Amino acid sequence: MKELSLNILDVAENSVKAGATLTQILLTEQDGKLKLEIVDDGCGMSEDIVRSVTDPFYTTRTTRKVGMGIPLLKLACEQTGGSLTISSVTQEENPVEHGTHVTATFDMNHIDFTPLGDVSASVLTLIQGHPDTDFLFRHQQGERIVELDTRQLREVLEDVPLNSYDVMEWIGGYLREQYETQPEDSGPNGED
Amino acid sequence: MKSLAELQAIKNRMKDKVVLRDGMEGARVVVGMATCGIAAGARPVLNAFVEGVNKEGLEGKVTVTQTGCIGICQYEPVVEVFEPGKEKVTYVKMNPEKAQEVIEKHLKGGKVVSEYTIGTVAV
Repeated sequence: MKELSLNILDVAENSVKAGATLTQILLTEQDGKLKLEIVDDGCGMSEDIVRSVTDPFYTTRTTRKVGMGIPLLKLACEQTGGSLTISSVTQEENPVEHGTHVTATFDMNHIDFTPLGDVSASVLTLIQGHPDTDFLFRHQQGERIVELDTRQLREVLEDVPLNSYDVMEWIGGYLREQYETQPEDSGPNGED
Repeated sequence: MKSLAELQAIKNRMKDKVVLRDGMEGARVVVGMATCGIAAGARPVLNAFVEGVNKEGLEGKVTVTQTGCIGICQYEPVVEVFEPGKEKVTYVKMNPEKAQEVIEKHLKGGKVVSEYTIGTVAV
């Protein structure tokens, strides 16, 4: 993948396929480190499957349940010295609180760090393809926080689909403005 | 600054359009968005279709949707066009420029851009 934002799009698709009603995409940049979390309330995975999704050679021959998405994300973070962890609770284990939590950490100063790229485009693509599920996107860069919660938009829009062109355009502008109007690194003491 | 009030205005404007959309029987453009498609550049292709269809005023006649792996990963980005009463057209190795051409010639003009279809590309 040329951009990390494409890995994000790819892995978040898994959450939607797992029947998530809410998929959270959380990015936290601090001191040259990036933490990416994709958290969903989907059906969850058993311990065995969680083990196998990170290793493309473990299961591809016996089942098509597992693809290249997670291994590619794992590669992207590990090649910077970071790591990938997955925790999951299946619907059978807990009928109320189930889902999957993927966490990937990156060293952004490492020479093999893949640029984040256009995360807004990935969020828009997810909304375009899945207008009936909710997404919470939160990107924190130092003091700057860019945020989008489709549940809030849905309250306003009622039965107008989130992937109507005008709505998508509004969302694109909403994200862009947040990135542009807030300074990237205004530390608590002003300049530093 | 974009506000929720602005979104409210969009909603009021859209309300009537939604009813129109339900009854339509137009073309369906399906973009493969699995790992293979995404890695090959499907996101800008999808975006080009979404924007182009709107720009050309085709949003009442054409819907753009996403699907998983179509099974021919080496030809990604793959785009399928379904039209009622017609055979499915499969475009392969797409990019935003080719997408624009498909919108103009095929979706608007009714003529398949055969040089981008799988039958021509995969010899």
